[in-house]
Amino acid sequence: MIKPVDNHKLAAKLLLGVTLMFGFGFALVPLYDVFCRVTGINGKVDLTPGAYLAGAISSRSIKIQFIAVNNQTMPWKFKPKEPSMNVKLGQTYQTAYLAANMTENDMVAQAVPSVSPSAAAAYLQKVDCFCFNRQPLAAGEQKEMGLAFNILPGMPEYIKTITLSYTLFDITAADGKELASAQQ
Amino acid sequence: MTPSTEQIVSKDIEDQAVQATGFEDHHGPAKGFSRWLYTTNHKDIGSMYLWFSLAMFMTGGCMALLVRLELFQPGLQFLEPEFFNQMTTMHGLIMVFGAVMPAFVGLANWMIPMMIGAPDMALPRLNNWSFWILPFAFSMMLMTLFMDGGGPNFGWTFYAPLSTTFAPPSVTFFIFAVHMMGISSIMGAINVIVTILNMRAPDMKMMKLPLFVWTWLITAFLLILVMPVLAGVVTMMLMDIHFGTSFFSAAGGGDPVLFQHIFWFFGHPEVYIMILPAFGIISEIIPTFSRKKLFGYSSMVYATSSIAFLSFIVWAHHMFTVGMPLAGELFFMFATMLIAVPTGVKVFNWVATMFRGSMTFETPMLFAIAFVVLFSIGGFSGLMLAIAPADYQYHDTYFVVAHFHYVLVPGSIFSIMAGVYYWLPKWTGNYYDEQMGKLHFWLSFIGINITFFPMHFVGLAGMPRRIPDYALQFADFNAISSVGAFIFGFSQLLFIYNVVCCIRKRNQASKQVWEGANGLEWTLPSPAPYHTFTTPPKVD
Amino acid sequence: MNLNFSAIKIISSIISKLIVIVFFAAPAAHADWQLNMREGVTEISRAVYGLHMIIFWVCVVIAIIVFGVMFWSVVYHRKSRGAKAQNFHESIYVEIAWTVIPIFILVGMAIPATTTLKKMYDSTESDIDIQVTGYQWKWRYQYLNEGIDFFSSLATPKEQIYNQAEKTSNYLLEVDNPLVIPLGKKIRFLITANDVIHSWWVPDFAVKKDAIPGFINESWAIAEVPGIYRGQCAELCGKDHGFMPIVVEVKSQVDYDAWVIEQQQAQIAKAKSAEKRWTLDDLMHSGKQIYAKNCAACHQSSGEGIAGAFPALKGSPIVQGDPNEHINIVLNGKPGTAMQAFAEQLSAAELAAVITYERNAWGDSVGDIISPRQIVKFQQ
Repeated sequence: MIKPVDNHKLAAKLLLGVTLMFGFGFALVPLYDVFCRVTGINGKVDLTPGAYLAGAISSRSIKIQFIAVNNQTMPWKFKPKEPSMNVKLGQTYQTAYLAANMTENDMVAQAVPSVSPSAAAAYLQKVDCFCFNRQPLAAGEQKEMGLAFNILPGMPEYIKTITLSYTLFDITAADGKELASAQQ
Repeated sequence: MTPSTEQIVSKDIEDQAVQATGFEDHHGPAKGFSRWLYTTNHKDIGSMYLWFSLAMFMTGGCMALLVRLELFQPGLQFLEPEFFNQMTTMHGLIMVFGAVMPAFVGLANWMIPMMIGAPDMALPRLNNWSFWILPFAFSMMLMTLFMDGGGPNFGWTFYAPLSTTFAPPSVTFFIFAVHMMGISSIMGAINVIVTILNMRAPDMKMMKLPLFVWTWLITAFLLILVMPVLAGVVTMMLMDIHFGTSFFSAAGGGDPVLFQHIFWFFGHPEVYIMILPAFGIISEIIPTFSRKKLFGYSSMVYATSSIAFLSFIVWAHHMFTVGMPLAGELFFMFATMLIAVPTGVKVFNWVATMFRGSMTFETPMLFAIAFVVLFSIGGFSGLMLAIAPADYQYHDTYFVVAHFHYVLVPGSIFSIMAGVYYWLPKWTGNYYDEQMGKLHFWLSFIGINITFFPMHFVGLAGMPRRIPDYALQFADFNAISSVGAFIFGFSQLLFIYNVVCCIRKRNQASKQVWEGANGLEWTLPSPAPYHTFTTPPKVD
Repeated sequence: MNLNFSAIKIISSIISKLIVIVFFAAPAAHADWQLNMREGVTEISRAVYGLHMIIFWVCVVIAIIVFGVMFWSVVYHRKSRGAKAQNFHESIYVEIAWTVIPIFILVGMAIPATTTLKKMYDSTESDIDIQVTGYQWKWRYQYLNEGIDFFSSLATPKEQIYNQAEKTSNYLLEVDNPLVIPLGKKIRFLITANDVIHSWWVPDFAVKKDAIPGFINESWAIAEVPGIYRGQCAELCGKDHGFMPIVVEVKSQVDYDAWVIEQQQAQIAKAKSAEKRWTLDDLMHSGKQIYAKNCAACHQSSGEGIAGAFPALKGSPIVQGDPNEHINIVLNGKPGTAMQAFAEQLSAAELAAVITYERNAWGDSVGDIISPRQIVKFQQ
């Protein structure tokens, strides 16, 4: 005959499983990031600077397009300095995005990059990018936000054009809260 | 006014009875509301689950009828778009979490101890608790409809950021309601697993377990593995909304697509949680009315396990249009197609069970046969949806709506009704009215086909889902669907009437109930006494 | 507590409307009873249609065999015909057969599906690149090389939706500015969103891709037949999800080139319109139309909003107060709410008109005129 104690033991083990799975749900967040970096889902790109690539400049060149998107309530004027460039693989290039805060308030923005086709994301390396930092602009201020990048020579042959988009989010409210709490 | 002596005496006896049940197992149930509030008896709790599920089924059904009413003709007649969205969302949530899942838990509570020769569920107080959470969870969820900004309006899949940044303020209550349902399901699942693993009669080997018990065991493991993930994802939503994190907002380094991955990691096993116990019920009923042993018992067990395993690696087939890399798309396509194999095995086994049997067609059998045919149609459209390039055309159209209603209504719901008709004489001791049962079946069968079959056509013709108004070319099929929905909806009143009559009227059922029935539950008297198998039965 | 949706109100309105429908409504005679998927006008859409038909017929054949056996048993192996139950309940050979055969069928299906999918993913070497952005509840099309940029929103009037006017043949599938593309050219669509997730779907191209805020997706099409192709947003995106159609016009190269020039000139003209002198009547007239298209979905045409979701404009302190406040919120939106920034969506003249309209409609009558020049000045 089964004693209640055995039942409680088994129930406790199952409860442990439940707790682990709850944790696993949260573990999916970093796992997904790793997964994205490896496979380039969503054209999600690294938000950390890549290394300069010395030498090994390939003769192959491709076209890179730049796109600017304003998210929801972001009122800044935001556009790429040049709509597209022809670039050699392995060589580092400089370009910029132009931003202008036409409102009467000081604001802070965060740019989020995305690459299409997603298979190209892993090969686009940003040496320096305005998306690494928050971008504050005072009321009426304009700014040229710099971007330095190179494309790794390993890029699959069939990709001839890649598109790099930046979506500009208004994070003034979130940023303000953080500042306030940091000052306390 | 002074109470008469008689009343006082009877009250005393009641009290004694209540106290006695705590120590002794040989008394009947307590009287009045406290019987239900404090009960730890698996039969009482099973009944409460089933009544609760019926109430939710009717509530969610009324919402579906409102939706169909609005869609009866093009143009906006009855509901404004924002209320329409609340109705589709609530209909989905209530049917999934309030109707189908509690009904299966109710059947498990009633039947599993009786099928494996156990006196009760393993953890009776936990059992009481897991039921009583539900009415509170659903009251909270339904209350959101009356709050400022309305209830959840972002679809039962609640994709971020529509359900976070853009949600109505009531979303917080929705999140707590989901948490409560999750806790209830998890406790129910733990109870089922412990009962099945620890409480079987001595000779009840695992490979002798009735299939309903087997499918429920596997379902319970699925619940334990995925309900915490659902809890995790709504917790992340809560944090995004109130505590400034950005799990799902790109602005802070998060990703809205991550929400979909986590949600469907829960969501795909969830759809099997809603169908595996149905497989179990059908595998009990078809052999009974074919008067022949189930064909391929062990392959049924293995097929169920493989379906459960595969359900963990196919989730992204809900997201083919989200922009995954080619390799990912191919992997999820192949894995999804593979599910057709074990599912096919189950259908073939059922057909082989009927083949060369000696069949009769009482109401449970009619529902079971309809299940096999209509669930298979849902399976076929599922196979079509698995083909990724074609899915670009099917995705988020009425074709998908037709698909999942075919597997859930004539699938899960029909199996629950089949199970209720099948075991009702054992529960109540009376036969239900067979003629009325058959009428209920035919009206439901005709109703759901009129409702959902035309949805395949409008979906293929290009009608997106979750829209309150549609282009004129979809008008006729939508009108037909709405008529079918009302036939199906109102024919359920027959079902309720039949069940109530069966409880009240005497039409004494035998111990065996059905000529071809096999299993421990049929060795008990009808109605099954309040306490059964206090000494373990002999199993041969 | 908001009792707008109280049960009694809904039920009583349903009953009264039901009576109207049952007794007075003419039957909807517009439907064309279309049963199947459209074949479409691209190589990909035809391949998808082919796959759809193959898998459909495979399913039909399997269904006929399986259900055939089942119904044969139902008819012949019933107790009432004296059928005796047999004893068999296992056969390892049969079970292996019906496991292995489906695997072969599936492999047969997977091969053409993989080929088509690979083709769909090959979006390189396009002729024209168009950025498609989903907004609540309209689409924006930006031609990356031609400098054309416009919004495309539902053109079906509210009166048709609320059954006060006869529904026209392209009910809910008509937009003010359709997307125009040339015949036989490879068009690459770069799809993203401004607020929530949308999904851009043109059935005749077999193109459906989610538009996700912060991320970019791509898809492509080469249309082979000139014509007008209609689709809808396919991902629930809030209240007016059902009211943001997609219309694509495929034109010959010559017509397309003419259209491009026309568009470019129109954009110059728009910029000039800010210089024109506007009267209150002019502004109110065009303001009403712009309001109906861009604002009424949330703030309602009565200006009363929707309690708890979208604030009322009628009697609002911003609308009655300082004009600059009012201009600011329309141009720049309100962070953390559904209020979009309209600075990019509308021209200075249109903004002036709609703000003037808001300040003078609904009996609020502040009486002031906001001129396009004021808007231009505000933007500098």
